[in-house]
Amino acid sequence: MHEYSVVQALLEQTENVAKENDAQKVTKIIVKIGVMSGVEPHLLEIAFNTFKEKTICDGAEFVMNIQPLTIECQVCKTVSELEKIHYCCPKCGSIDVKVVDGEDMFLMTLEME
Amino acid sequence: MCQDCGCSITDHIHTDDHSEGHTHSHGDDHAHGHEHSHEHQAAHETLSHNPQLKDSKTIAVITKILDKNNQEAAHNRAHFDKHNVLSINLMSSPGSGKTTLLEHMADMVSFKFGVIEGDLETSRDADRIKAKGIPAYQIQTGSACHLDAFMVHKGLHAMPMDEIDVCFVENVGNLVCPASYDVGSHLNIVLVSIPEGGDKIEKYPVMFRQADLILITKTDLLEHFDYDIEHEKAEARKIKPGVDILEVNIKDAASVQRVIEWIEFKRKMRG
Repeated sequence: MHEYSVVQALLEQTENVAKENDAQKVTKIIVKIGVMSGVEPHLLEIAFNTFKEKTICDGAEFVMNIQPLTIECQVCKTVSELEKIHYCCPKCGSIDVKVVDGEDMFLMTLEME
Repeated sequence: MCQDCGCSITDHIHTDDHSEGHTHSHGDDHAHGHEHSHEHQAAHETLSHNPQLKDSKTIAVITKILDKNNQEAAHNRAHFDKHNVLSINLMSSPGSGKTTLLEHMADMVSFKFGVIEGDLETSRDADRIKAKGIPAYQIQTGSACHLDAFMVHKGLHAMPMDEIDVCFVENVGNLVCPASYDVGSHLNIVLVSIPEGGDKIEKYPVMFRQADLILITKTDLLEHFDYDIEHEKAEARKIKPGVDILEVNIKDAASVQRVIEWIEFKRKMRG
């Protein structure tokens, strides 16, 4: 359960962006959570809604976009979204693949006032 | 895109507020006069005072949530590099044999190493390592289920960096949380022991994805468990196709020696 630590980092980051933009309040946060990022979205949401109270994010809407694992085959150049965690090109079977997305967590957009 | 202000309104004439009101020549076959354009001005007004936005502001941030940790991790790595120390993050469930492996390696290695230990409570692991004459620093995380780069940074300054060649970071026993945190190591070794049962790699893919080397430990117990070691290796390579895998049985010195050789090889490959 490291979702609390992730939320702490997220709240700190959000506060900094809000400060830079002279915002008084954050009304909406959009994050992108990769399926291979190691966080459980449901737990992250609970953690966020618990810890946002009395911060600049109090009352903010939390939107999570779940990012499937996306790879680019270095042989046939096909970009695929994987359903199973199997790092292999579904088209040509090559294991020489580059991860395009789905292994990280990003703060994407903030709505502030 | 407008070259002057970066806005996406393309069909406008440049507004220039030069007090002299002079004309620029761009030196190529076109030269255009800069005049005040009310159109462009109006466009900017609409952008910044959109009545629909009601003073609210939407900002595209697009930053990794663990960005600060990653920056600290890079700092740690630079510190290790400066002292020519190879840093290895050891991760696994509790009880898979991380500390025991380090204890056995202490008597066999040709390189000098130190250990940064992470546990929720007690300094037992650091004490075990120190008893072997190896420098060790214990981080007690309290209730935190993983080490992050900031915690490791503290341990780093407690290490006699000029006297060691390799620094192990023995992470908190946990197959989930440590996988999300870069602590500033160069390599990750993930251990999984036979008694844990034959589905751990598939169940915890994020952790095994991070591995540069997977150690299947306690192989002396294979006969007591229904454990298909080749199946586990195949599963690991679905997650990380190029991963190295070694079998370790602490009672078989040759299997420990192979781990040491892997580390030696990696040290050589870093120049």
